[in-house]
Amino acid sequence: MQRLRPYLFIAPALAVIAIVFVYPVVEVARLSLFRVSGGRESFAGLGNYLSLFRDPVFLRALQHNGLLLVAVPIMLFLGLVLAVLLFEGVGGWKAYRSILFMPYILAIPVVGIVFSYIFQLNGILNQGLRAIGLDFLAADWLGSSRFALWTVMFVVIWKEFGFGVVLFLARLMSVEEELYEAASLEGAGWLQVLFRITIPQLATVIEFYVVIMVITMLSWVFNYVYVMTSGGPGNATMVAEYYIYLEGFRYNLQGIAAAASIVLLAVTAILILARSRITRRIELE
Amino acid sequence: MKPTGSLAHRIVSNGWKQVLLVLFSFLCLFPLYYLIVTAFKSQGEYIRNLFGIPLGPILSNFATVFRGGRFLRWLANSILLTAGSVLAALVIALAAAWAFAKMEFRGREPIFGLMLILMIIPPVVMVIPLFKIMIALRILNTYHSVILIYTGLTLPFSIYLLASFFRTVPGAIIDSARIDGCRDLRILASIAVPLSAPAIITIVLVNALWVWNELLVAVIFLQKDELKTLMVGLTVFKSRYNLDIPVTMAGLTLATIPMLALYFAGQKYFIKGLVAGAVK
Repeated sequence: MQRLRPYLFIAPALAVIAIVFVYPVVEVARLSLFRVSGGRESFAGLGNYLSLFRDPVFLRALQHNGLLLVAVPIMLFLGLVLAVLLFEGVGGWKAYRSILFMPYILAIPVVGIVFSYIFQLNGILNQGLRAIGLDFLAADWLGSSRFALWTVMFVVIWKEFGFGVVLFLARLMSVEEELYEAASLEGAGWLQVLFRITIPQLATVIEFYVVIMVITMLSWVFNYVYVMTSGGPGNATMVAEYYIYLEGFRYNLQGIAAAASIVLLAVTAILILARSRITRRIELE
Repeated sequence: MKPTGSLAHRIVSNGWKQVLLVLFSFLCLFPLYYLIVTAFKSQGEYIRNLFGIPLGPILSNFATVFRGGRFLRWLANSILLTAGSVLAALVIALAAAWAFAKMEFRGREPIFGLMLILMIIPPVVMVIPLFKIMIALRILNTYHSVILIYTGLTLPFSIYLLASFFRTVPGAIIDSARIDGCRDLRILASIAVPLSAPAIITIVLVNALWVWNELLVAVIFLQKDELKTLMVGLTVFKSRYNLDIPVTMAGLTLATIPMLALYFAGQKYFIKGLVAGAVK
């Protein structure tokens, strides 16, 4: 009995996880090998995957997820610069921290709707540009396929970058002060301190942050796309998640949606694994 | 680092930093400013005065939002779903995290490792099978189906965070309680939980924020209008009042203020909780 006790403690959690994670992932893998129509399933082998990779919309969706990864280094850079600034004891740093983190806690639907009014053809950004005589810069930010994806990316960065600032700042504040004192005694310059102490001390947090943000860009942009563009114009902002949602729930092609889910899962897993491989190799050297 | 030199010198040398920070703060605050001031403008004033503070502030946009009671219904749904799933996840995660942190059993490490892996799985992957489960059980379009899903999706992170917190509870306290005849559940409830209050507040806030803002599951599993969450409702609002931007903004403002209040009240915990996974 005593030996069973721990299992009683974890049983509820395992039961819920089995229903919400384990069974669905297994079922999606199975479903990806079947053609589903009218409630009937017929084995299709890799047929769904083949039609998936022949579907230009899906390929574009993957490509867009890849392009959105550009936001990761941008957010990393912004987060590092701003965290270091705040850490260096700029007056009012606590207030700045609250403000910079604020977008992160706002709801994506709220942020998405507000920004879609800002970026409308006659929205306040373009009106503002026209008012100061910069008409030539005004554009249909969300309505043209040239800009839409980048506009969505801007909004994602706007909402998420504050997390990096707060994360890096928290780590910096736990670095032993002696390190910095020793550096200043030895007359190290600002850049030297940055590259010799600050960044090495932040290495693990940076890795964590990059992993989280890669996951965000691959599998957490549904909300933005759903609210701002619905994947348009003309699939210009189609992403994997939205594709799965459309195939599965609008067009009722469950086999295709399941295959796309497995591809998304595989891409996420490969990127995360590659990432930890690379850092392990760097640590070994 | 310690600032050096006279105040004047500091202001000059910090000048560019302040400029940069003010610029970023402006970028962060402007959309919020735009949201709130627009909510108080009439349609006519909005067209004439896009950026400015409302010259003739009105409250009728808010009245429009509440008309018909849909908005309040959605708000109540969101509160119910958030409270239900946060509470369920907390209770289940407390028990599991306690076992992972303080009990010896076979399979502990691999099962705990599984929690970490689950955290990277995109929720969209699970949605189709979950949908089929809910249809088979005839609980599609019900609160408990969605509470179950939210509880599951927030469990891995909650267990992970609570377990790493419980590990810091000294073994000596537990041993002495055990000698006094306390059983595991008592120890958990009367020693570990009070000691872990900060971690628990953190989990509650982080999960509440996540559930409150969730869209994918809410869109798919709650398709009847009277069951919609506030966030889904807002997107309905946007398409319905597409031409009356101030009304939509009033709805968004009402949805945002509780969260801002919660954030500024519990800021310490938010920040601690969100960075807890990475900074030890």
